[in-house]
Amino acid sequence: MAIAAIERTAKHMVLTVQDYSLFAHRAVMNLFRPPRYWTDFLIQSNIIGVGSTSIVLLSGFFTGGVLALQSAATLSEFGATAVTGRFVSITMIRELGPVLTGIMVAGRNASSMASELGSMVVTEQIDAMRALGVDPMRKLVTPRLFACISMLLFLTILADACGILGGGFVTVFMNHQNGTQYISQAWEHLRYPDIIQGLAKPLFSGFIIASIGCFYGMRTSGGTEGVGRSTIQAVVTSSVLIIFVDFLVTQVLLTLFPAP
Amino acid sequence: MIEPPASAHPAQAEPAPGGSAPSLAPSADAAPPVVAFRNVSIAFDGPPVLQDISFSVAPGETRILLGPAGVGKSVMLKLVNGLLRPDRGGILLFGQEITTMPEQQLFPLRTRTGMVFQEGALFDSLTVRDNVAYQLIQEGVPDDEIDRRVRDALRFVELEETFDFYPASLSGGMRRRVAIARALIHQPELILYDSPTGGLDPVTSTTIIELIVKERDVYRTPSLLVTHRLQDAFTLCTHRFDAEEGKMVPLPQGETDPDTTFLMLEEGRLIFDGSLRDLLHTPNKFVREFLE
Repeated sequence: MAIAAIERTAKHMVLTVQDYSLFAHRAVMNLFRPPRYWTDFLIQSNIIGVGSTSIVLLSGFFTGGVLALQSAATLSEFGATAVTGRFVSITMIRELGPVLTGIMVAGRNASSMASELGSMVVTEQIDAMRALGVDPMRKLVTPRLFACISMLLFLTILADACGILGGGFVTVFMNHQNGTQYISQAWEHLRYPDIIQGLAKPLFSGFIIASIGCFYGMRTSGGTEGVGRSTIQAVVTSSVLIIFVDFLVTQVLLTLFPAP
Repeated sequence: MIEPPASAHPAQAEPAPGGSAPSLAPSADAAPPVVAFRNVSIAFDGPPVLQDISFSVAPGETRILLGPAGVGKSVMLKLVNGLLRPDRGGILLFGQEITTMPEQQLFPLRTRTGMVFQEGALFDSLTVRDNVAYQLIQEGVPDDEIDRRVRDALRFVELEETFDFYPASLSGGMRRRVAIARALIHQPELILYDSPTGGLDPVTSTTIIELIVKERDVYRTPSLLVTHRLQDAFTLCTHRFDAEEGKMVPLPQGETDPDTTFLMLEEGRLIFDGSLRDLLHTPNKFVREFLE
């Protein structure tokens, strides 16, 4: 009995991974075949990019501030508070900026994609779209996917900048240290591999957020309760995957660009 | 405006009282069917929903699919335009086998059909104008022409004043009428109605049925209509649209529309295929109980 349940769960998981792989493949390949819905891409870019700006700016600013507070306390034990700027900028750009932005955007947009598409499924709007001769994958999924990837890149840059700004604010006004020293430390010790690492991660996170959000939305069943279930699954799965893929990408990039 | 297809002409399917399926091979003098099911079966993680279904829809014919709730009527409708795929059997739509046809090839075929969904299935985020014009917008038709054709379609369903409204501000009956306008605007060669009067009050239901009769008698578009309401089905069969009076009028006593025929499902099987007269005189126990 227990083995049968495990077997059933395992088969279900494998089937879900297979369905997701095919779904993601179709969503990506649609970009290379007409028709392409550029208007929908711009609309989604506005919803994802402009709509998420405030939460990303605020979370970036306060994360940078917390980093400065915490690091200054520890660094002061070694008489090294002067390197707070370096610590904050490298941590924000390489790790916290991309990951926190990804998770914030996942919370806002993976849930909105899953609930919007899920509602369309249960009210037969997706079937209506297919019956009208329009491919929902091309019209709904592909624009969201590429809008999310491109917007997350810019949102991460904003979050990095705000994080460094937040760290600077805490360093100058709360820790009463030299602002010029903070900025020069933050700037001078940055290397290109740090930037590459920070800008590669949002590409993966953006793909995960949109593809997982749309995937769970499009396979919604069970009415309004099913929409709620899809929304939860989309947020949880995309958040966990963002952190997991971040780990893998970090490992690969550290191998490619080892620390000096 | 929505012009009647020039080639459409009525051709009644041969009645087969008692449940025997009609032959799918067209005779020499008959036009090929618009839709033909050949021993179609489908199941969803359980017992079969539809088993061994065979029937056809001829040009100009209106087929009414009767049956109690949950018997597989909507599933059958979705099989017609490939929204669902059967497990077994074959389906011909406009003479093309769609059972194994890739989704991308199905899209152009679906644009030749119109479908009215159970609850209308209007796009919440779009105005009535954009809902009705959805197909035209995707095809890049100029805005002026879109506006003109949408107003014509809305005039047909007597809802011209809702042009700029959002679906949320429409009543259930108005949503169905907008859905009918959306299905008609592209001059389809086949219309599929999925319980168009389900959940509506009797007066609104009659308004919807009048529109369907109007569409049938003015444009002669073949259609497949799913319903579990006998009253609607009988109204369709015993009324015609009077173009001069601009309203639905009853046919003379004892007469029925020769191009409107019935199908009936019981537990996933087609148990009746024939005219209203055959339906009323069938010895099938389930049909008799359903009629009573």
